[in-house]
Amino acid sequence: MSNNLTVVVVEQNQERAFAIVDALKESGDVDVIVIGDVSGLARKIAMHSPDIVLIDIDNPSRDMLEELTVASGPMDRPVAMFVSGAAGGLAKAAVEAGVSAYVVDGLQAERIKPVMDTAIARFQVLRQMRVELAETRRALEERKVIDRAKGLIMKAKGIPEDEAYALMRKAAMNENRRVADVAQALVTASGLLS
Amino acid sequence: MRTVTLPVAYMPLVDAAPLIVAREMGFDHAEGISLDLRPAPSWSSLRDMLAFGHVDAAHLLSPIPVAMALGLGGIATSLSAVSVLSLNGNVIGVGTQLAHRMADQGYGFDFVDAKQAGAALAEAAADVLVFGVPFPFSMHVELLRYWVAGTALANKQVEIRTVPPPLMAQALAAGEIDAFCVGEPWGSFAVDDQVGALLLPGRAIWTCAPEKVLAVRNDWAETEPHLLGSLMRAVWQAGRWLSTSESRTTASEMLSRKAYLNVSPELVDRALMGAFTISARGEQRHVDGFVEFFEGAASFPWRSQAKWIAHQLAERNGIDASTAERQAAKVFRSDLYRRELQGSGVETPGASEKVEGALPEATAVASANGSLILPQNVFFDRRIFEPSI
Repeated sequence: MSNNLTVVVVEQNQERAFAIVDALKESGDVDVIVIGDVSGLARKIAMHSPDIVLIDIDNPSRDMLEELTVASGPMDRPVAMFVSGAAGGLAKAAVEAGVSAYVVDGLQAERIKPVMDTAIARFQVLRQMRVELAETRRALEERKVIDRAKGLIMKAKGIPEDEAYALMRKAAMNENRRVADVAQALVTASGLLS
Repeated sequence: MRTVTLPVAYMPLVDAAPLIVAREMGFDHAEGISLDLRPAPSWSSLRDMLAFGHVDAAHLLSPIPVAMALGLGGIATSLSAVSVLSLNGNVIGVGTQLAHRMADQGYGFDFVDAKQAGAALAEAAADVLVFGVPFPFSMHVELLRYWVAGTALANKQVEIRTVPPPLMAQALAAGEIDAFCVGEPWGSFAVDDQVGALLLPGRAIWTCAPEKVLAVRNDWAETEPHLLGSLMRAVWQAGRWLSTSESRTTASEMLSRKAYLNVSPELVDRALMGAFTISARGEQRHVDGFVEFFEGAASFPWRSQAKWIAHQLAERNGIDASTAERQAAKVFRSDLYRRELQGSGVETPGASEKVEGALPEATAVASANGSLILPQNVFFDRRIFEPSI
C-alpha cells in the first residue's frame, strides 16, 4: 500500500494529458490516472477514489464533477473545491490558471501544495499555448482573406497591390471597421456576384 | 455619455434573454453602464467566475446561491440573488423508445397534466429510470424530485445524473440516460435531433418556479450600490421589453446570434412563443407563459421562493429545515430590489413572502402603488408550501 497521492486528470486531448502527467510525476510521489472519455464521468472518478481531481476550467463536463461535492452515501468521500485556510490562495490561483481542482475533504494543505503548484504552472503554460495557437490561426486566416480581397480589387480596378490595400484600409477607417472585416465582406459579396 | 463596463457571466440559454436584451437594446447604456457579457462553459465555472471576482454579476440557477448559503457544494462565497431573471422555462423529455412505448399504451402527450404524464411514464419505464439534468443544484432537480415523489414514479428507482445540456441529446442516444429535464433550447434540440420527445413543460409541475436569478457577491453589492442599481434597472427594462408580444421575434433573432446561443432563431422562438414541436413526427403543443420575464412581478425575489428551495435541499441532505429556510431567506434580496427599483416605475409587492402554491388563479394583491396582479401559483399536486418563520 503506497502512501502516494492519487490524482485523476480529466482531459480529452492526449498530448495535453501527457504533458500534465509528466509534470505531476516529476513533482513527487503521485499516482496519476487520465480519464479521456467523459461519459459517466462522476462514476468513473469515484471508482478510482482519488485524492485530487484536476479538470480544465473550460471543459463543459466539469459540471458532472459537482455531484462529487455532495456525499451521497456514508462510504463516499465528499470532495471540495478547497477555498478555506492555507489552500484558499491556491484555489484562486488555480482558477486563474484555468484548472479546477477537486480535493478530498480533510486532506492537509502541505500535502496538496506541491501537486497543485505543478498543476497550476502546467495548465498556465497549456492555456498560453492554446491562446497563442488560436491567435496565430486567426491571423493566418485573416491574412489569407485580405490577400484574396486585395486580388479582387486589383483585378476589378486594374491597380497595383499597394493601392488596393490602401483602398481597403481607407474604407475600413471610414466605416470604423477592421481591414480584415472589410476584406471578408468583399470576398463574400464577390462570391455572391460571380 | 461615459459608461462603466460591468463584466457579467451567463450560460447560453433562452432565459439569459434579459441580460442579452439589456445589452443589445442599449438599456445598459441608458443606465450609464456597459454590460460585458461573457459566456461560461459550465455552471460550476460560472459560479467560480462570480465567486472569485472575475465578473461582478451572473445569470445563475436559483438553487446555487441557496445551496452555497447552506454550505453545500464546496464554494462558500456569500452571494445575493438581487432579482429573479425568469420563471419556468424547462422541459422534461424522454428518449424515443420510451416515447413510443408510452404512445402504444394510449398516452396522448397532452403536455399539461403532470400526474398523468408521471403515471404513463411509470408504466412504460423499466425498474430503473435515469434522468439527465444540467447541474446538481438546479430547479430541474427540484422539479423532477417533487414530480417523481407525487406520482406513480415514486415506485420506481429514479436516478438523477448531471449531463451538460449540449451533450444531453448524445447521452440520450447512447442510452446513458432515459429522460431529461433541461432548459430551452436544449429540449427542442433533442427533438430535432430525433432522439427524444417532450413530455412536460416545467410549469406543469409548478406554475411559478423561480428558474434563474441575477446574482452578485454580497461584498460587491455593499461597495457598489450605484452600479448594482443601474444593473438591476437595465435588466428590469429588458424584461419589460421582452414581455410585449411584438418583441418576441426580434428577441429570437438577437439570442440566436453566433455570439450568444448560436442556434437557429426558429429554435429560440419555440420557447419565447410557447409553441413547441414535441416529437420528431412534428406534433405541436402550445404553452401559455412557458417562460416569464416580467408579468406579475416575475422578477421580484420572494424570500418564500428561497425558503422553498432551502426546504427541499435540507430534507435531502439531512439539515434542519427551519434553520436552512432562515439562512436561505437572506439570499433572496427583496430588500435590495425595493431599495433600487422602487420609484422607477416598478410595481413591487407589499409583502416579501407568500404562501407558494396557493393561488389557483391570477389574483390582485397590495403593492407599493396600489395593486398588483400576481399570476397563478400552484403545484401539480395542489399542495401548498407555507414558509417557516
